[in-house]
Amino acid sequence: MRSNKNGISNLYLVLVFAVLYAPIFYLMYYSFNSGGTMHGFEGFTLDYYREVVQDTRLMIIMINTLVIALLSSAIATLIAIIGALAIQRIRSRRAKNTLLSLNNVLIVSPDVIIGASFLILFTIAGIKLGFVSVLLSHVAFSVPIAVLMILPHLQDMSPTLTDAARDLGASRRDVLTKVILPIIKPGIFSGFFMALTYSLDDFAVTFFVTGNGYSTLSVEIYSRARQGVSLSINALSTLIFLFTILLVVGYYFLNRRKQRPAVHIAEPAAEVGVPR
Amino acid sequence: MKSKGRSYFLIPYYLWIALFVIAPVLLVVYYSLFDLDGHLTLDNYVNFFTPVYMKMMLNSFWYAILITLFSLLVAYPAAYLLTRTKHKQLWLLLIILPTWINLLLKTYAFIGIFGTFGPVNNVFDLLGIGEQQILFTGFSFVFVSVYIFIPFMILPIFSALDELNLSLVDAARDLGASGWTTFRRVIFPLTISGVRSGCMAVFIPALSLFMITRLIAGNRVITLGTAIEQHFLVTQDWGMGSTVAVFLIVIMALFMILSGSSRKGVRHEK
Repeated sequence: MRSNKNGISNLYLVLVFAVLYAPIFYLMYYSFNSGGTMHGFEGFTLDYYREVVQDTRLMIIMINTLVIALLSSAIATLIAIIGALAIQRIRSRRAKNTLLSLNNVLIVSPDVIIGASFLILFTIAGIKLGFVSVLLSHVAFSVPIAVLMILPHLQDMSPTLTDAARDLGASRRDVLTKVILPIIKPGIFSGFFMALTYSLDDFAVTFFVTGNGYSTLSVEIYSRARQGVSLSINALSTLIFLFTILLVVGYYFLNRRKQRPAVHIAEPAAEVGVPR
Repeated sequence: MKSKGRSYFLIPYYLWIALFVIAPVLLVVYYSLFDLDGHLTLDNYVNFFTPVYMKMMLNSFWYAILITLFSLLVAYPAAYLLTRTKHKQLWLLLIILPTWINLLLKTYAFIGIFGTFGPVNNVFDLLGIGEQQILFTGFSFVFVSVYIFIPFMILPIFSALDELNLSLVDAARDLGASGWTTFRRVIFPLTISGVRSGCMAVFIPALSLFMITRLIAGNRVITLGTAIEQHFLVTQDWGMGSTVAVFLIVIMALFMILSGSSRKGVRHEK
């Protein structure tokens, strides 16, 4: 009876995992199809990979995407450190909650609204749509998530530490750079990492604020996919998938070495699980 | 002097809030008051209450509810079973992993899977049902959306279930409750917070999806998100687009307040 029950529940989990991964492996499988379609596998070929690698436009777009992601996450993390300090500093409970709610507005807002409102903002401010507008909006929507990753570390920090440092004659800057920042370092790293994945993944917001001529990977995939099936997208997605896995595994082990409880990886994502 | 020096470095963060949180909302509200010719008017709001937009709104809500419901139905048992596995953190990581793959790529995969010659239709053929038009229907839209959102539903429920004190479950069983009663009276109520944040994480994005509707549902399904995108990027009617956005913001805020107050309610009950 019991083993039977286990069998059914295992089957359910296997099914969930199968459905979750099927589309991904489906894409990868057909990236090798010489037939040129996503059905009826004709023969093995690496043509589409060659196409991807030789496609200079695509390469430029990939570089764009990476530059935007790295730059925007770095800037966003800096602002987020300041933000977390600002929130931490406030004594009044009400003011703190207000600031936190304002912080979270961009996390809970639907992307379409963020995109549309930023489009209005940039147009009014006279910012040309392109690199700058995309960078600014990626910074903007990455800040709150990084704040949420850093804040718990700041709150866990014992205030006696900073007091002790001050008593020992440390300047404000020393307290910040030698006491506070090292303690919240794991939060800063995960904040940066989350910002990075948000930026790499974002489609909707970017779609609104890219003008003509400038494009990131998501926007490019969207426009190619709208034109129909093209197996170079499959090849590209296979490469991205492998890259993602490397990133995740790297992050997982990095995190594991840094802090014992592995629970931490799952928690923040669960808190703010808003897909972009 | 001291306090001045202190707050000086906080400026970038407050600037971010002013420029990218408060200003955009105000701008959307402001733009919703203008028509295509740039005249100040309330026409957009009047238009919103015409059958065209009302139907779209109901449609959008209906799909969002369906998507949330199906995600919950699939995710709850999955989350429950995950907490019972041996290496649950590893399995959880495997659930999260697909969310790191670009959403558009996963959506794109379904163009092939649901296509006329795709594997689903092959199975249908074998079963003797014959080829069906799956792509560009409401069904494919709901399915792909549920697929996309499942991990975001599983995660919070998993956390809630993981924190559940198992001795409470044992106590219920000892006191003679059946498996179903234990679930209904003990497990589910204690994990309702996870369910709620899962539903929030799915419902609001589901209201505003537009790329999945475009790629998978053709233009059959029009949601609030599709309407906003259409107005802003295709017809260039920013006023009407902003009006739809204002309503979406209001709906979202209502949801936040409702879920916030009911959470308080639960706390008081305890």
